[in-house]
Amino acid sequence: MSDGVVTLADGAGGKASRKLVEGLFLEELRNPLLEPLGDAALVSANGTRLAFTTDAYVVRPLRFPGGDIGELAVNGTVNDLAVSGAIPLALTAGFVLEEGFSLDELRAIAGSMARAAQDASVSVAAGDTKVVERGAADGLYVTTSGIGLLDPRVALDMKRVRPGDRVLVSGGIAEHGIAVMFARGNLELELDVESDTAPLHELTAALCALGPDLRWMRDPTRGGLATTLNELAAGAGATVVLEEEAIPVRDDVRAACEILGIDPLYVANEGKLVAVVAPDAADRARALLRALPLGAGAALIGEVRADDLPLVLVDTPFGGSRIVDMLIGDPLPRIC
Amino acid sequence: MRYVDEYRDGRAAKAIAAELRTLVEPGHRDNLMEVCGGHTHAIYRHGLDALLPDEVELVHGPGCPVCVIPLGRVDDAISLAERPEVTLASFGDMLRVPGGRRRSLLEAKARGADVRIVYSPLDALALAVAEPEREVVFFGVGFETTAPATALTLLRARRENVRNFSVFCNHVLIAPALRAILDSPETRIDGFVGPGHVSTVIGTRPYEFVCSEYHRPVVIAGFEPTDILQAVAMLLRQLRDGRAEVENEYGRVVRSEGNAAALAALDEVFAVRPDFEWRGLGAIPRSGLRIADAFADWDAEQRFEVPGARIEDPKACRCGDVLRGLAKPYECGVFGTACTPEQPLGTCMVSSEGACAAYYAYGRHRRRDTVPA
Amino acid sequence: MCLGVPGQILERLDDGLAKVDFTGVRRTVSVAFTPEAEPGDWVLVHVGFALATIDEDEARATLDLLGEAIAAELEPASNRLLQGDRG
Repeated sequence: MSDGVVTLADGAGGKASRKLVEGLFLEELRNPLLEPLGDAALVSANGTRLAFTTDAYVVRPLRFPGGDIGELAVNGTVNDLAVSGAIPLALTAGFVLEEGFSLDELRAIAGSMARAAQDASVSVAAGDTKVVERGAADGLYVTTSGIGLLDPRVALDMKRVRPGDRVLVSGGIAEHGIAVMFARGNLELELDVESDTAPLHELTAALCALGPDLRWMRDPTRGGLATTLNELAAGAGATVVLEEEAIPVRDDVRAACEILGIDPLYVANEGKLVAVVAPDAADRARALLRALPLGAGAALIGEVRADDLPLVLVDTPFGGSRIVDMLIGDPLPRIC
Repeated sequence: MRYVDEYRDGRAAKAIAAELRTLVEPGHRDNLMEVCGGHTHAIYRHGLDALLPDEVELVHGPGCPVCVIPLGRVDDAISLAERPEVTLASFGDMLRVPGGRRRSLLEAKARGADVRIVYSPLDALALAVAEPEREVVFFGVGFETTAPATALTLLRARRENVRNFSVFCNHVLIAPALRAILDSPETRIDGFVGPGHVSTVIGTRPYEFVCSEYHRPVVIAGFEPTDILQAVAMLLRQLRDGRAEVENEYGRVVRSEGNAAALAALDEVFAVRPDFEWRGLGAIPRSGLRIADAFADWDAEQRFEVPGARIEDPKACRCGDVLRGLAKPYECGVFGTACTPEQPLGTCMVSSEGACAAYYAYGRHRRRDTVPA
Repeated sequence: MCLGVPGQILERLDDGLAKVDFTGVRRTVSVAFTPEAEPGDWVLVHVGFALATIDEDEARATLDLLGEAIAAELEPASNRLLQGDRG
């Protein structure tokens, strides 16, 4: 937020976004269900525990290597449910369409959503459509909401994270953000990186077998792994220490980040999860993920340390360490 | 990544660190200035200061071209961007740099100015060709590393007669800044880790005056961890031997004669201003480039009126001291409090290579008193 | 001092340009300042311009120095043992 107007930084998922949510929305809407500011709200009805979530999709361009806005909209909401420890039951979809938007494109996007829903074993059960004048809505915006049944084996909460717990990631990071950045076409680069958009419900169901040894999960989207782990550090009141060489990044993704001067830790993912598990369950957790196609690249990347400073640190191979702060604004490509 | 990963070998780094311990004199401090923002960034990013003996003090220098841009010139760029017909194309780094009253290009963009990020000045020229109804102004920033790219872009603009393109030139030269630092009475620097990429263009000879006139050694260094540590070792050896020479650690890309084609382009397209204001360092004679008269049609300062105001740095800002190596980031009274990366007071905090930004982003956990409560 | 990244020339194009590969990422780069660079050569690229070709021999020489440093680190322990034997 800046002098009374919304800036692009407020939507990037980092510090500015958090300020907007905490400083404006939470202030106005304050209630016990909202306060944990988790990916999903946990609602109880007659003894049944449900997860309930919503997300808006404004990605540009609408199509990018590896997916489109429709696929993103389905997987994104499925994943918010999945990482809350829920089995996704159903989604709804709201469309804001710009006058003049191509019906063929709309059909293609709806088709992507259908396929993604099938892959995630959910249905898009209800929806709404609005049309706005030419010039508004930038083509198409999609909002999906989802409801899921919480797995009784787990009670996921940042506050359950303890010193000594280990941090896992399900595979290589930064692919989605790089794919979209390049699809925008104004950086004059060519590469074969595709968005990693995928439903995580099978990976999360596998990890739920760990029961109480599974402390917490999240999908690191906007703002990347760095932002998600900073939220963890703040919520758990501890330091999260990562081992630089253990963090999986594909070679070409790493090269693209190097050229642009962006740290892969800050780049969005749409088909990866990060999980915190008890130390004795670490190897088993990694094995459970690696047994599944989407988890083939799963890696143990760090641990939680007792410290009064809620920071994320990366240990370098040179015996030093550096802070990984929360994202500030948008990752602007570094030049000089 | 080839030619990168090999120079990030942890074992080699630790081996050089062990050697450094044999090259210092116990109790005697060696103050080495790493001139270049890229070196500052690399040191903090890889945690290299953990490997240095206590006797080696690394002092950050002014080699961050974003950091040294005065507030008034940032305001000039903002005023250009605010013109309805202008598309201002800029490197990403410049967007959050605060001008007077803490406004920035990013803020101007949020309020409707057409500001676009480009990776190369050639991309800005391509933009002008693609959008002939817009006046595209490229915000030219950088040392002799980057100036040749701007030069070539202007040569191409003239050759292809692109009339809706111009450059707002803020390119600066490294050698005059080194001299200004050496002439400063408070300076206590024993040797310099020389800027690697500037030197691919200017070669090694421009640094010889540091040795011959000021008797300090200079070692040109690459940017990977082992490059930097190796350069420190070479400097310490010179200091122990009582030598003051220009040495080149970055031989794989730096040639002593530099790059003749790049230097020729600079000669053709630019002229040296009588003096140029550097943030925190004041006016340094013959340290800034302007566009030569033959290319006046592509000079944004000729095409447009800019306020051209000289704005004082905020009182609390110690960027000048940090850029001259007289203060560490955490010694600035507003570090981490009134001046943070999100609300920067000074350029050292906003440039990704600024010493304060690097320290805040990577290193502030090493001193409890610099971590905000 | 500014961001310079090593890449390999894939092919020369018209107008002083070349296609350069950076570990799977490709970009059109100006080789106006490195006119002698051929496909297969490695160059240092900054803001879309190749500023220098990477000299393989110099690169190797720098790596050799690193290798020597590592060897020197491993040696002293055994040397000290020998010297100790000699009294």
